[in-house]
Amino acid sequence: MSPKQKKILYRIIAAGIIYAGLLIFSHTSGFYEENIEGKIYEPLVFLVPFLLAGYDIVFKAVKNICHGQVFDENFLMLIASIGAYGIKEYSEAVAVILFYQVGELFQSYAVGKSRKSIADLMDICPEYANVETEDGTVEKTDPEDVETGSTIIIKPGERVPIDCVILSGESYLDTSALTGEAVPRRAAEGDEIYSGSINGSGLLKCRTTKAYEDSTVSKILEMVENASSRKSKHENFIHRFAKYYTPAVTIAAVILAVVPSLITGEWAEWIKRACTFLVISCPCALVISVPMGFFSGIGAASSIGVLVKGSNHLEAVADVKTVCFDKTGTLTKGEFKVNGIYPENISDEDLLALAGAAEKNSTHPVARAVCLAAEANMSKSEDKYQVIDTREIAGQGVVALRIPLADAQAKTGTEADILKNDAREGQEEILAGNEKLMQAYDISYKKVKDPGTVVYIAKNRRFMGSILISDSIKPESVDALVGLKAAGVEKCVLLTGDRKDQAEAVCDKIHENAVSKHPSFSGRAIDEVAAELYPQDKVLAVERLMGELTGRGKLAFAGDGINDSPVLTRADIGIAMGSLGSDAAIEAADVVIMDDNPAKIAAVMKIAGKTVRIVKENIVFALGIKLLVLILGAVGLASMWAAVFADVGVAVLAILNSMRALKVEKRIENA
Amino acid sequence: MKKKFKLQDLDCANCAAKMEDAIKKIDGVNDASVSFMAQKMTVDADDARFEEIMEEIVKVCKKVEPDCVIER
Repeated sequence: MSPKQKKILYRIIAAGIIYAGLLIFSHTSGFYEENIEGKIYEPLVFLVPFLLAGYDIVFKAVKNICHGQVFDENFLMLIASIGAYGIKEYSEAVAVILFYQVGELFQSYAVGKSRKSIADLMDICPEYANVETEDGTVEKTDPEDVETGSTIIIKPGERVPIDCVILSGESYLDTSALTGEAVPRRAAEGDEIYSGSINGSGLLKCRTTKAYEDSTVSKILEMVENASSRKSKHENFIHRFAKYYTPAVTIAAVILAVVPSLITGEWAEWIKRACTFLVISCPCALVISVPMGFFSGIGAASSIGVLVKGSNHLEAVADVKTVCFDKTGTLTKGEFKVNGIYPENISDEDLLALAGAAEKNSTHPVARAVCLAAEANMSKSEDKYQVIDTREIAGQGVVALRIPLADAQAKTGTEADILKNDAREGQEEILAGNEKLMQAYDISYKKVKDPGTVVYIAKNRRFMGSILISDSIKPESVDALVGLKAAGVEKCVLLTGDRKDQAEAVCDKIHENAVSKHPSFSGRAIDEVAAELYPQDKVLAVERLMGELTGRGKLAFAGDGINDSPVLTRADIGIAMGSLGSDAAIEAADVVIMDDNPAKIAAVMKIAGKTVRIVKENIVFALGIKLLVLILGAVGLASMWAAVFADVGVAVLAILNSMRALKVEKRIENA
Repeated sequence: MKKKFKLQDLDCANCAAKMEDAIKKIDGVNDASVSFMAQKMTVDADDARFEEIMEEIVKVCKKVEPDCVIER
């Protein structure tokens, strides 16, 4: 509790005790009823707790009136209590002020508390950087003052203050504050590391690559802070509503006080009813609870490593009916790997070794994938051969010659000497390439139909088998699609620049996995495929799909953000994935997923849905209660106490309800 | 020029909204937002007259919410 809040609390307690004492005294002694003089003292006596509890209200009201702020809540409360005084409801007047202050205090406490817990969630701000100066000493410096290119030391357990490159040392970094990913990342010399992650057990010496304000952490903080300034439709509605609500209720109060009184002559009764109106006239419950709900939702999303750039986007995410995916890097890992080995009369290892030997000197991505697999294998079976010649045939593959290692070592001459002797014993010719290569050398091969790139391998003109290299589907993709369908998405579309058969194969595979992993899943995982698209075709496809949406349905596009900026911008919601450190993606997208887990799209949809539901509950609840109390007040059934509850009590309840949006189900986190 | 300021003792959400509206009406202010949740104010105003405009903003804020202090 802040000092300011404490002060108010003491005042409330003191005023409350005096008030209670006065009530007991007046009821037991019968002082007021019998003593005519007492009647005169009564308003004065009650003025003591009244002013003790509410002097600041009086003060502020007078000040604001001078500034021309007529419909100020303090002023309205003051009028209400003066009204109560005027009709000789002294104890009621004190009670209203007292209760109002209690409510305000509770409200300010709740807001402060929740603001803090949201802020804690986003507590990724580094406090200092250990800068190494020229003479070798280390100084603690404010990150904002560190120049680009400085050398900084990051000790175990410290937060990386600025984006930098590791000069020496290695460690595991906890990036969970940025990505929501619990598994630490290994980082060593030469790796780029991002501010906001926490260093594990190693001491790192790094060179900063950016200034603090351009670093990941300040970009994220800025985005989250600005998120609440991009207002959602609900917020705009409340904002406009609040402007008219207070004057409208106040005018209604005046009419209620004057018109029936002129007819019936019962001034006291109608003024009392009008006072209840004034008490309810502050729209604070609404004005606080709606943005707070969205703020909590955005906080919850950032706790799982998803940044939502504005309340309006979070609101739109809840209405997503169509989700378009890019294939490579979004649903698939975007890295080529050996995914199938089909040997003929030879072991898997030997086939890989053959292919690895042939592709050793090639830089083609497919060749690199083969070599990686072969190298991983090599530790098991030692390399018994030496490659003496490789020749690349463009568009087909490679032809390589190798000889047993023992021979190579026995031979003392240079490689050139070895080459001269073609007819050596034990020399093997290896062919590794596509179907065209096999055809060119007239080798009968067994065709592989699986999607991906196939490398056919022959040794001494005999077909030895084939290796399938393909991009693998992310295991999370399956959960993502099943989760999205469960979250109310009607259509999932794959948009890719890749070949049609490849794209369809990926869809089939995902569907197969979805059905086997989630037996209760029915329907297609991916409803539509559009392949062989250039970036501008993707925009057209997205526009067509947006045209097909009905009602308030929205379309989201999820891509890796590298070459998808036009689509990310065009779609109702652009979701960039794997964006840690990528400024372009952060710029173009509305929702940024820091790691590359597509299942988080479903997770953020759940958060968005929950947030919007809570916000709607708050609006309906707050408006409903206020309206009810207004009606009851007008017919004389609601006391001023009820009115105070309708004002501050509802606000507190709405705030507490908003806080629910902050909770992320653990299940989502692991999805 | 865009600048951010911390706000102290901004206690009422409705006041934040009123402050935002009032600041936006000041001559020379291109855009402004007052975030009740973040307790921060972002002002986008003319470079040349920024200080002058800030004085105006402080005055306007004092009118709406006397308790609130803009940290500069």
